Amino acid sequence: MGHSCVITGIGVVAPTGVGLAEHWSATLAGRSGLGTITRFDPSGYPARVAGEVRGADPTTAVPSRLRVQTDRWTHLGLVAAELALADAGVDPSALDEFEMGVVTASSSGGTEFGQREIERLWAAGPAHVGPFQSIAWFYAATTGQVSIRYGMRGPCGVICTEQSGALDALAQARRMLRGHARLVVTGGTDASLCPYGLVAQLSSGGLSRTLDPRRAYLPFDSGAAGYVPGEGGAILIMEDEETARDRGATRPYGRVAGCAAAFAPLPGPHRGGDGPPQDGLERAARLALADAGVEPSGVDVVFADASGLPDRDLAEAATLARIFGPYGVPVTAPKTLTGRLYAGGAALDVATALLAIRDGLIPPTVGVSSLAPGCEIDLVRDSARPACVRTALVLARGFGGFNAAAVLTACGQQHAAVYSGAPGTRAPAAADLGEER
Amino acid sequence: MTQFTADDMQRIMIASGGEPEPGDGTDISSTSFEDLGYDSLAVMGMAARIEGEFGVRVPDQVVVELQTPSDFVDYVNGRMVTA
Repeated sequence: MGHSCVITGIGVVAPTGVGLAEHWSATLAGRSGLGTITRFDPSGYPARVAGEVRGADPTTAVPSRLRVQTDRWTHLGLVAAELALADAGVDPSALDEFEMGVVTASSSGGTEFGQREIERLWAAGPAHVGPFQSIAWFYAATTGQVSIRYGMRGPCGVICTEQSGALDALAQARRMLRGHARLVVTGGTDASLCPYGLVAQLSSGGLSRTLDPRRAYLPFDSGAAGYVPGEGGAILIMEDEETARDRGATRPYGRVAGCAAAFAPLPGPHRGGDGPPQDGLERAARLALADAGVEPSGVDVVFADASGLPDRDLAEAATLARIFGPYGVPVTAPKTLTGRLYAGGAALDVATALLAIRDGLIPPTVGVSSLAPGCEIDLVRDSARPACVRTALVLARGFGGFNAAAVLTACGQQHAAVYSGAPGTRAPAAADLGEER
Repeated sequence: MTQFTADDMQRIMIASGGEPEPGDGTDISSTSFEDLGYDSLAVMGMAARIEGEFGVRVPDQVVVELQTPSDFVDYVNGRMVTA
Protein backbone atom coordinates (compact mmCIF):
# COMPACT_ATOMS: atom_id res chain seq x y z
CA MET A 1 0.00 0.00 0.00
CA GLY A 2 2.73 2.45 0.93
CA HIS A 3 1.31 5.84 1.79
CA SER A 4 -2.15 6.32 3.17
CA CYS A 5 -3.26 9.86 2.47
CA VAL A 6 -5.69 11.48 4.85
CA ILE A 7 -7.53 14.79 5.06
CA THR A 8 -6.74 16.41 8.39
CA GLY A 9 -8.17 19.89 7.90
CA ILE A 10 -11.00 21.49 5.96
CA GLY A 11 -11.69 25.15 5.26
CA VAL A 12 -14.98 26.05 3.61
CA VAL A 13 -15.98 29.39 2.08
CA ALA A 14 -19.21 28.81 0.20
CA PRO A 15 -22.71 30.13 -0.44
CA THR A 16 -23.80 27.75 2.33
CA GLY A 17 -21.51 29.42 4.83
CA VAL A 18 -18.01 30.27 5.95
CA GLY A 19 -16.42 27.59 8.10
CA LEU A 20 -17.33 23.94 8.47
CA ALA A 21 -20.08 24.28 11.08
CA GLU A 22 -22.03 26.92 9.16
CA HIS A 23 -21.71 25.06 5.87
CA TRP A 24 -22.69 21.70 7.33
CA SER A 25 -25.71 22.95 9.25
CA ALA A 26 -27.03 24.81 6.17
CA THR A 27 -26.36 21.77 3.99
CA LEU A 28 -28.16 19.35 6.30
CA ALA A 29 -31.08 21.73 6.68
CA GLY A 30 -31.26 22.30 2.94
CA ARG A 31 -30.82 26.07 3.31
CA SER A 32 -30.05 27.33 -0.16
CA GLY A 33 -27.36 29.87 -0.92
CA LEU A 34 -28.84 30.61 -4.34
CA GLY A 35 -30.34 33.97 -5.22
CA THR A 36 -30.37 36.73 -7.80
CA ILE A 37 -26.83 38.00 -8.36
CA THR A 38 -25.96 41.00 -6.15
CA ARG A 39 -22.27 41.47 -6.97
CA PHE A 40 -23.32 43.43 -10.08
CA ASP A 41 -26.59 44.36 -11.74
CA PRO A 42 -27.50 41.21 -13.68
CA SER A 43 -30.68 42.58 -15.22
CA GLY A 44 -29.12 42.86 -18.66
CA TYR A 45 -28.05 39.22 -18.73
CA PRO A 46 -30.12 36.12 -19.54
CA ALA A 47 -28.78 34.16 -16.54
CA ARG A 48 -29.23 35.93 -13.20
CA VAL A 49 -29.21 33.33 -10.44
CA ALA A 50 -26.02 32.35 -8.64
CA GLY A 51 -24.65 31.13 -5.36
CA GLU A 52 -22.82 34.01 -3.67
CA VAL A 53 -20.83 34.05 -0.46
CA ARG A 54 -23.09 36.36 1.55
CA GLY A 55 -23.15 37.99 4.94
CA ALA A 56 -20.10 39.55 6.50
CA ASP A 57 -17.40 39.67 3.84
CA PRO A 58 -14.90 37.00 4.86
CA THR A 59 -12.23 38.42 2.59
CA THR A 60 -11.69 41.41 4.92
CA ALA A 61 -9.51 38.94 6.85
CA VAL A 62 -7.03 38.98 3.96
CA PRO A 63 -4.24 41.46 4.75
CA SER A 64 -4.54 44.70 2.81
CA ARG A 65 -1.32 44.37 0.77
CA LEU A 66 -2.23 40.85 -0.28
CA ARG A 67 -5.77 41.88 -1.04
CA VAL A 68 -4.90 44.57 -3.58
CA GLN A 69 -2.71 42.22 -5.59
CA THR A 70 -5.13 39.30 -5.80
CA ASP A 71 -8.52 38.46 -7.26
CA ARG A 72 -11.57 37.57 -5.17
CA TRP A 73 -11.08 33.91 -6.09
CA THR A 74 -7.70 34.03 -4.39
CA HIS A 75 -9.14 35.97 -1.43
CA LEU A 76 -11.65 33.15 -0.91
CA GLY A 77 -8.85 30.60 -1.28
CA LEU A 78 -6.68 32.41 1.28
CA VAL A 79 -9.54 32.54 3.79
CA ALA A 80 -10.30 28.85 3.23
CA ALA A 81 -6.61 27.92 3.56
CA GLU A 82 -6.37 29.77 6.87
CA LEU A 83 -9.46 27.95 8.14
CA ALA A 84 -8.15 24.60 6.92
CA LEU A 85 -4.73 24.97 8.55
CA ALA A 86 -6.36 26.01 11.83
CA ASP A 87 -8.77 23.07 11.59
CA ALA A 88 -5.85 20.70 11.05
CA GLY A 89 -3.96 22.23 13.96
CA VAL A 90 -0.99 22.89 11.70
CA ASP A 91 1.59 25.54 12.50
CA PRO A 92 3.43 25.86 9.18
CA SER A 93 6.37 27.63 10.81
CA ALA A 94 7.02 24.48 12.85
CA LEU A 95 7.41 22.22 9.81
CA ASP A 96 10.17 21.89 7.22
CA GLU A 97 9.34 24.46 4.52
CA PHE A 98 10.40 22.07 1.75
CA GLU A 99 8.09 19.32 2.98
CA MET A 100 4.94 21.42 2.55
CA GLY A 101 3.37 21.66 -0.89
CA VAL A 102 0.40 23.44 -2.44
CA VAL A 103 -1.73 22.32 -5.37
CA THR A 104 -5.07 23.98 -6.04
CA ALA A 105 -7.53 23.86 -8.89
CA SER A 106 -8.40 26.95 -10.90
CA SER A 107 -11.01 27.19 -13.57
CA SER A 108 -11.00 30.70 -14.97
CA GLY A 109 -8.34 32.58 -13.05
CA GLY A 110 -8.92 36.09 -11.74
CA THR A 111 -11.80 37.29 -13.89
CA GLU A 112 -13.18 40.04 -11.66
CA PHE A 113 -9.73 41.59 -11.22
CA GLY A 114 -9.14 41.18 -14.96
CA GLN A 115 -12.38 42.86 -15.87
CA ARG A 116 -11.53 45.89 -13.74
CA GLU A 117 -8.12 46.23 -15.39
CA ILE A 118 -9.55 45.78 -18.89
CA GLU A 119 -12.06 48.53 -18.12
CA ARG A 120 -9.13 50.78 -17.15
CA LEU A 121 -7.30 49.85 -20.33
CA TRP A 122 -10.17 50.89 -22.58
CA ALA A 123 -11.39 53.83 -20.51
CA ALA A 124 -8.07 55.44 -19.59
CA GLY A 125 -5.26 53.71 -21.49
CA PRO A 126 -2.48 51.17 -20.93
CA ALA A 127 -0.69 53.24 -18.26
CA HIS A 128 -3.72 52.84 -16.00
CA VAL A 129 -3.58 49.04 -15.94
CA GLY A 130 -2.14 48.10 -12.57
CA PRO A 131 1.01 45.96 -12.54
CA PHE A 132 -0.67 43.36 -10.30
CA GLN A 133 -2.81 42.30 -13.26
CA SER A 134 0.30 40.38 -14.35
CA ILE A 135 -0.03 38.02 -11.39
CA ALA A 136 -3.65 38.33 -10.21
CA TRP A 137 -5.37 36.78 -13.20
CA PHE A 138 -3.02 33.83 -13.43
CA TYR A 139 -4.36 30.34 -12.67
CA ALA A 140 -1.54 29.59 -10.25
CA ALA A 141 -2.10 32.79 -8.22
CA THR A 142 -3.94 31.12 -5.34
CA THR A 143 -1.37 28.35 -5.08
CA GLY A 144 1.47 30.87 -5.22
CA GLN A 145 0.01 33.23 -2.64
CA VAL A 146 -0.74 30.37 -0.22
CA SER A 147 2.79 29.08 -0.73
CA ILE A 148 4.31 32.52 -0.05
CA ARG A 149 2.06 33.33 2.89
CA TYR A 150 2.86 30.16 4.80
CA GLY A 151 6.39 29.59 3.57
CA MET A 152 5.49 26.33 1.85
CA ARG A 153 8.38 25.77 -0.51
CA GLY A 154 7.87 22.13 -1.40
CA PRO A 155 6.21 20.99 -4.64
CA CYS A 156 3.55 23.44 -5.86
CA GLY A 157 1.26 23.54 -8.85
CA VAL A 158 -2.15 24.32 -10.24
CA ILE A 159 -4.62 22.07 -12.03
CA CYS A 160 -6.86 23.52 -14.73
CA THR A 161 -9.36 20.88 -15.73
CA GLU A 162 -12.43 23.08 -15.42
CA GLN A 163 -15.03 21.67 -13.02
CA SER A 164 -13.23 18.40 -12.35
CA GLY A 165 -10.13 20.31 -11.28
CA ALA A 166 -10.38 19.87 -7.53
CA LEU A 167 -10.45 16.07 -7.79
CA ASP A 168 -7.47 16.15 -10.10
CA ALA A 169 -5.73 18.43 -7.59
CA LEU A 170 -6.44 15.86 -4.88
CA ALA A 171 -4.82 13.19 -7.04
CA GLN A 172 -1.81 15.43 -7.60
CA ALA A 173 -1.55 16.14 -3.86
CA ARG A 174 -1.44 12.40 -3.28
CA ARG A 175 1.42 12.06 -5.77
CA MET A 176 3.28 14.82 -3.91
CA LEU A 177 2.89 12.95 -0.63
CA ARG A 178 4.38 9.88 -2.25
CA GLY A 179 7.39 12.03 -3.00
CA HIS A 180 9.06 14.29 -0.46
CA ALA A 181 6.08 16.30 0.79
CA ARG A 182 4.58 15.51 4.17
CA LEU A 183 1.69 17.97 3.95
CA VAL A 184 -0.12 19.40 0.95
CA VAL A 185 -2.64 22.24 0.87
CA THR A 186 -5.12 21.34 -1.85
CA GLY A 187 -8.71 21.83 -3.05
CA GLY A 188 -9.89 24.89 -4.91
CA THR A 189 -12.07 27.95 -5.09
CA ASP A 190 -13.63 30.08 -7.79
CA ALA A 191 -15.25 33.50 -7.97
CA SER A 192 -16.30 34.40 -11.46
CA LEU A 193 -19.45 36.34 -10.65
CA CYS A 194 -18.71 39.44 -12.68
CA PRO A 195 -20.08 40.38 -16.12
CA TYR A 196 -16.93 39.13 -17.86
CA GLY A 197 -17.04 35.82 -16.00
CA LEU A 198 -20.74 35.34 -16.56
CA VAL A 199 -20.54 36.09 -20.28
CA ALA A 200 -17.67 33.64 -20.64
CA GLN A 201 -19.78 31.00 -18.92
CA LEU A 202 -22.83 31.79 -21.07
CA SER A 203 -20.90 30.70 -24.12
CA SER A 204 -21.05 27.08 -22.98
CA GLY A 205 -24.83 27.19 -23.37
CA GLY A 206 -25.33 25.40 -20.05
CA LEU A 207 -26.33 28.21 -17.70
CA SER A 208 -29.92 28.17 -16.50
CA ARG A 209 -32.04 31.08 -17.66
CA THR A 210 -34.69 30.37 -15.05
CA LEU A 211 -34.99 33.44 -12.84
CA ASP A 212 -36.55 31.74 -9.80
CA PRO A 213 -33.65 30.65 -7.55
CA ARG A 214 -35.71 27.68 -6.33
CA ARG A 215 -36.21 26.39 -9.88
CA ALA A 216 -33.00 27.43 -11.62
CA TYR A 217 -30.82 24.36 -10.88
CA LEU A 218 -32.66 21.05 -10.66
CA PRO A 219 -30.31 18.23 -11.63
CA PHE A 220 -31.98 14.89 -12.45
CA ASP A 221 -35.38 16.60 -12.34
CA SER A 222 -37.84 16.42 -15.25
CA GLY A 223 -37.70 20.23 -15.22
CA ALA A 224 -33.89 20.46 -15.36
CA ALA A 225 -32.85 23.41 -17.52
CA GLY A 226 -29.19 24.00 -16.90
CA TYR A 227 -27.06 24.98 -13.94
CA VAL A 228 -26.23 28.12 -12.03
CA PRO A 229 -22.75 29.39 -11.20
CA GLY A 230 -21.49 29.88 -7.68
CA GLU A 231 -18.43 31.21 -5.89
CA GLY A 232 -16.26 29.75 -3.17
CA GLY A 233 -15.08 26.22 -2.55
CA ALA A 234 -12.96 24.39 -0.04
CA ILE A 235 -9.31 24.04 0.85
CA LEU A 236 -8.18 20.72 2.27
CA ILE A 237 -5.07 19.71 4.20
CA MET A 238 -3.78 16.35 3.01
CA GLU A 239 -1.11 14.46 4.91
CA ASP A 240 0.45 11.07 5.06
CA GLU A 241 -1.48 9.25 7.77
CA GLU A 242 1.61 8.23 9.73
CA THR A 243 3.34 11.60 9.69
CA ALA A 244 0.03 13.24 10.60
CA ARG A 245 -0.23 10.93 13.59
CA ASP A 246 3.35 11.73 14.55
CA ARG A 247 2.49 15.42 14.88
CA GLY A 248 -0.59 14.61 16.91
CA ALA A 249 -3.31 14.64 14.23
CA THR A 250 -4.79 11.34 15.28
CA ARG A 251 -8.36 11.80 14.05
CA PRO A 252 -8.39 12.67 10.36
CA TYR A 253 -11.68 13.14 8.50
CA GLY A 254 -10.96 10.28 6.16
CA ARG A 255 -8.65 8.78 3.57
CA VAL A 256 -8.32 9.69 -0.05
CA ALA A 257 -8.29 6.04 -1.03
CA GLY A 258 -8.66 6.28 -4.79
CA CYS A 259 -8.41 8.84 -7.56
CA ALA A 260 -8.75 8.69 -11.31
CA ALA A 261 -9.31 10.91 -14.32
CA ALA A 262 -10.53 10.00 -17.79
CA PHE A 263 -10.90 12.16 -20.82
CA ALA A 264 -14.10 11.75 -22.81
CA PRO A 265 -13.49 10.81 -26.42
CA LEU A 266 -14.91 13.16 -29.02
CA PRO A 267 -18.17 11.90 -30.47
CA GLY A 268 -18.16 10.58 -34.01
CA PRO A 269 -16.91 7.67 -36.09
CA HIS A 270 -13.23 8.54 -35.75
CA ARG A 271 -13.14 7.86 -32.05
CA GLY A 272 -13.70 4.63 -30.17
CA GLY A 273 -13.88 2.41 -33.24
CA ASP A 274 -16.74 -0.09 -33.36
CA GLY A 275 -16.61 -0.90 -29.68
CA PRO A 276 -19.13 0.19 -27.07
CA PRO A 277 -19.31 3.92 -26.39
CA GLN A 278 -16.61 4.93 -23.99
CA ASP A 279 -18.08 6.85 -21.14
CA GLY A 280 -15.35 8.95 -19.55
CA LEU A 281 -17.21 9.33 -16.27
CA GLU A 282 -17.70 5.58 -15.98
CA ARG A 283 -14.03 4.93 -16.68
CA ALA A 284 -12.98 7.50 -14.10
CA ALA A 285 -15.33 6.06 -11.48
CA ARG A 286 -14.26 2.45 -12.09
CA LEU A 287 -10.58 3.35 -12.12
CA ALA A 288 -10.92 5.27 -8.85
CA LEU A 289 -12.73 2.35 -7.23
CA ALA A 290 -10.04 -0.03 -8.47
CA ASP A 291 -7.36 2.33 -7.18
CA ALA A 292 -9.04 2.26 -3.77
CA GLY A 293 -9.57 -1.51 -3.89
CA VAL A 294 -13.30 -0.98 -3.34
CA GLU A 295 -16.05 -2.93 -5.09
CA PRO A 296 -19.12 -0.95 -6.20
CA SER A 297 -21.10 -2.78 -3.51
CA GLY A 298 -18.80 -1.22 -0.92
CA VAL A 299 -19.79 2.36 -1.79
CA ASP A 300 -22.23 3.95 0.66
CA VAL A 301 -22.97 7.19 -1.18
CA VAL A 302 -22.22 8.93 -4.46
CA PHE A 303 -21.80 12.70 -4.64
CA ALA A 304 -22.92 13.20 -8.21
CA ASP A 305 -21.59 15.70 -10.70
CA ALA A 306 -25.26 16.66 -11.22
CA SER A 307 -24.93 18.83 -14.29
CA GLY A 308 -28.50 20.09 -14.48
CA LEU A 309 -28.46 19.67 -18.27
CA PRO A 310 -30.97 16.92 -19.14
CA ASP A 311 -28.72 14.92 -21.47
CA ARG A 312 -25.78 15.03 -19.09
CA ASP A 313 -28.00 14.13 -16.12
CA LEU A 314 -29.29 11.15 -18.05
CA ALA A 315 -25.77 10.10 -19.01
CA GLU A 316 -24.60 10.30 -15.39
CA ALA A 317 -27.66 8.39 -14.12
CA ALA A 318 -26.98 5.69 -16.75
CA THR A 319 -23.33 5.53 -15.67
CA LEU A 320 -24.38 5.05 -12.04
CA ALA A 321 -26.94 2.40 -13.03
CA ARG A 322 -24.28 0.49 -14.98
CA ILE A 323 -21.84 0.55 -12.07
CA PHE A 324 -24.18 0.10 -9.12
CA GLY A 325 -27.38 -1.23 -10.70
CA PRO A 326 -30.57 0.83 -10.98
CA TYR A 327 -31.29 2.59 -7.67
CA GLY A 328 -28.28 0.66 -6.35
CA VAL A 329 -26.63 3.32 -4.19
CA PRO A 330 -27.74 6.55 -2.48
CA VAL A 331 -26.88 9.52 -4.68
CA THR A 332 -26.85 13.14 -3.63
CA ALA A 333 -26.07 16.59 -5.00
CA PRO A 334 -25.79 19.16 -2.20
CA LYS A 335 -24.42 21.52 -4.83
CA THR A 336 -28.09 22.29 -5.51
CA LEU A 337 -27.63 24.68 -2.54
CA THR A 338 -24.55 26.45 -3.88
CA GLY A 339 -24.64 26.25 -7.65
CA ARG A 340 -21.67 24.91 -9.53
CA LEU A 341 -18.49 26.36 -8.04
CA TYR A 342 -16.26 25.40 -10.99
CA ALA A 343 -12.78 24.76 -9.56
CA GLY A 344 -14.26 24.88 -6.06
CA GLY A 345 -17.18 22.55 -6.68
CA ALA A 346 -15.61 19.15 -6.30
CA ALA A 347 -13.48 20.41 -3.40
CA LEU A 348 -16.64 21.38 -1.54
CA ASP A 349 -18.18 18.00 -2.40
CA VAL A 350 -15.14 16.27 -0.92
CA ALA A 351 -15.48 18.37 2.24
CA THR A 352 -19.18 17.58 2.50
CA ALA A 353 -18.62 13.86 1.83
CA LEU A 354 -16.06 13.74 4.66
CA LEU A 355 -18.63 15.30 7.00
CA ALA A 356 -21.18 12.70 5.87
CA ILE A 357 -18.65 10.02 6.85
CA ARG A 358 -17.97 11.74 10.16
CA ASP A 359 -21.59 12.11 11.20
CA GLY A 360 -23.36 9.24 9.45
CA LEU A 361 -25.67 11.56 7.53
CA ILE A 362 -26.15 11.90 3.79
CA PRO A 363 -27.03 15.53 3.02
CA PRO A 364 -29.95 16.12 0.70
CA THR A 365 -30.40 17.24 -2.87
CA VAL A 366 -32.80 20.16 -2.73
CA GLY A 367 -35.55 21.22 -5.11
CA VAL A 368 -35.93 18.07 -7.17
CA SER A 369 -39.61 17.08 -7.20
CA SER A 370 -39.82 14.47 -9.96
CA LEU A 371 -36.92 12.47 -11.36
CA ALA A 372 -36.54 12.77 -15.11
CA PRO A 373 -37.62 9.66 -17.01
CA GLY A 374 -34.66 7.31 -17.32
CA CYS A 375 -32.86 8.57 -14.20
CA GLU A 376 -32.85 5.32 -12.25
CA ILE A 377 -31.03 6.59 -9.19
CA ASP A 378 -31.78 6.64 -5.47
CA LEU A 379 -31.51 10.40 -5.10
CA VAL A 380 -31.45 11.54 -1.47
CA ARG A 381 -33.92 14.39 -1.51
CA ASP A 382 -35.21 17.18 0.72
CA SER A 383 -33.89 15.97 4.07
CA ALA A 384 -30.71 14.31 5.27
CA ARG A 385 -30.69 10.52 5.43
CA PRO A 386 -29.00 8.74 8.34
CA ALA A 387 -26.68 6.04 7.02
CA CYS A 388 -23.44 4.36 7.94
CA VAL A 389 -21.11 6.11 5.50
CA ARG A 390 -17.68 4.53 5.38
CA THR A 391 -17.00 4.97 1.67
CA ALA A 392 -18.03 7.85 -0.57
CA LEU A 393 -17.51 8.28 -4.30
CA VAL A 394 -17.26 11.86 -5.55
CA LEU A 395 -17.73 12.51 -9.26
CA ALA A 396 -16.97 15.61 -11.31
CA ARG A 397 -17.15 16.54 -14.96
CA GLY A 398 -15.58 19.57 -16.58
CA PHE A 399 -16.51 21.37 -19.77
CA GLY A 400 -14.41 20.08 -22.64
CA GLY A 401 -14.33 16.38 -21.75
CA PHE A 402 -12.81 16.25 -18.27
CA ASN A 403 -13.98 13.51 -15.92
CA ALA A 404 -12.65 12.73 -12.47
CA ALA A 405 -13.55 10.55 -9.52
CA ALA A 406 -12.32 10.22 -5.96
CA VAL A 407 -13.01 7.55 -3.36
CA LEU A 408 -13.00 8.68 0.27
CA THR A 409 -13.03 6.18 3.11
CA ALA A 410 -13.39 6.35 6.87
CA CYS A 411 -10.25 5.85 8.93
CA GLY A 412 -10.20 2.78 11.15
CA GLN A 413 -13.29 2.03 13.21
CA GLN A 414 -14.01 5.54 14.35
CA HIS A 415 -16.83 6.42 12.01
CA ALA A 416 -18.90 3.26 12.13
CA ALA A 417 -21.98 4.84 13.64
CA VAL A 418 -25.10 6.01 11.91
CA TYR A 419 -26.49 9.29 13.16
CA SER A 420 -28.62 8.20 16.09
CA GLY A 421 -31.40 10.77 15.96
CA ALA A 422 -34.94 9.49 15.99
CA PRO A 423 -35.85 7.85 12.67
CA GLY A 424 -37.66 10.07 10.24
CA THR A 425 -36.84 13.29 12.07
CA ARG A 426 -35.39 16.23 10.23
CA ALA A 427 -31.67 16.62 10.17
CA PRO A 428 -30.23 18.16 13.31
CA ALA A 429 -28.40 21.45 13.49
CA ALA A 430 -24.64 21.13 13.31
CA ALA A 431 -24.36 22.29 16.91
CA ASP A 432 -26.07 19.07 17.96
CA LEU A 433 -23.69 16.90 15.98
CA GLY A 434 -20.43 15.33 16.93
CA GLU A 435 -18.32 18.45 17.10
CA GLU A 436 -16.07 16.78 19.66
CA ARG A 437 -14.22 15.07 16.82
CA MET B 1 1.71 75.68 -8.25
CA THR B 2 0.88 72.05 -7.51
CA GLN B 3 2.94 70.24 -4.94
CA PHE B 4 3.30 66.49 -4.53
CA THR B 5 3.04 66.03 -0.78
CA ALA B 6 3.86 63.20 1.62
CA ASP B 7 0.11 62.79 2.10
CA ASP B 8 -0.37 62.37 -1.65
CA MET B 9 2.34 59.74 -1.63
CA GLN B 10 0.78 57.88 1.26
CA ARG B 11 -2.63 57.88 -0.42
CA ILE B 12 -1.12 56.54 -3.65
CA MET B 13 0.89 53.93 -1.78
CA ILE B 14 -2.23 52.53 -0.15
CA ALA B 15 -4.22 52.62 -3.39
CA SER B 16 -1.50 50.78 -5.29
CA GLY B 17 -0.16 48.38 -2.75
CA GLY B 18 -2.45 48.30 0.28
CA GLU B 19 -1.79 49.38 3.86
CA PRO B 20 1.92 49.47 4.84
CA GLU B 21 3.39 47.15 7.42
CA PRO B 22 2.79 48.66 10.86
CA GLY B 23 6.16 50.11 11.77
CA ASP B 24 7.97 50.85 15.01
CA GLY B 25 6.63 54.40 15.11
CA THR B 26 9.36 55.94 12.95
CA ASP B 27 8.28 58.16 10.09
CA ILE B 28 7.22 55.93 7.21
CA SER B 29 8.36 58.57 4.71
CA SER B 30 11.94 57.58 5.33
CA THR B 31 11.29 53.84 5.70
CA SER B 32 12.22 51.68 2.72
CA PHE B 33 9.46 50.22 0.59
CA GLU B 34 10.84 46.81 1.40
CA ASP B 35 10.43 47.40 5.14
CA LEU B 36 6.95 48.76 4.52
CA GLY B 37 6.09 45.45 2.83
CA TYR B 38 5.81 46.69 -0.76
CA ASP B 39 7.31 44.66 -3.57
CA SER B 40 8.55 45.99 -6.90
CA LEU B 41 5.16 45.58 -8.61
CA ALA B 42 3.51 47.69 -5.91
CA VAL B 43 6.12 50.45 -6.40
CA MET B 44 5.69 50.32 -10.18
CA GLY B 45 1.97 50.79 -9.62
CA MET B 46 2.66 53.86 -7.49
CA ALA B 47 4.78 55.38 -10.27
CA ALA B 48 2.00 54.78 -12.81
CA ARG B 49 -0.59 56.44 -10.58
CA ILE B 50 1.68 59.43 -9.98
CA GLU B 51 2.09 59.90 -13.71
CA GLY B 52 -1.68 59.66 -14.23
CA GLU B 53 -2.48 62.17 -11.50
CA PHE B 54 0.47 64.57 -11.50
CA GLY B 55 1.78 64.21 -15.03
CA VAL B 56 5.29 63.34 -13.90
CA ARG B 57 6.75 60.24 -15.47
CA VAL B 58 9.04 58.19 -13.25
CA PRO B 59 11.00 55.94 -15.63
CA ASP B 60 11.46 52.28 -14.60
CA GLN B 61 15.22 52.74 -14.17
CA VAL B 62 14.52 55.60 -11.74
CA VAL B 63 11.77 53.67 -9.90
CA VAL B 64 14.29 51.04 -8.82
CA GLU B 65 16.56 53.78 -7.40
CA LEU B 66 13.83 55.35 -5.25
CA GLN B 67 13.95 53.44 -1.99
CA THR B 68 11.55 55.37 0.24
CA PRO B 69 8.33 57.41 -0.04
CA SER B 70 10.27 60.63 0.56
CA ASP B 71 12.63 59.73 -2.32
CA PHE B 72 9.53 59.69 -4.53
CA VAL B 73 8.22 62.98 -3.13
CA ASP B 74 11.58 64.68 -3.77
CA TYR B 75 11.91 63.28 -7.28
CA VAL B 76 8.39 64.16 -8.32
CA ASN B 77 8.54 67.67 -6.87
CA GLY B 78 11.86 68.24 -8.59
CA ARG B 79 10.34 67.32 -11.92
CA MET B 80 7.29 69.51 -11.38
CA VAL B 81 9.43 72.55 -10.70
CA THR B 82 11.42 72.15 -13.91
CA ALA B 83 8.33 71.31 -15.96
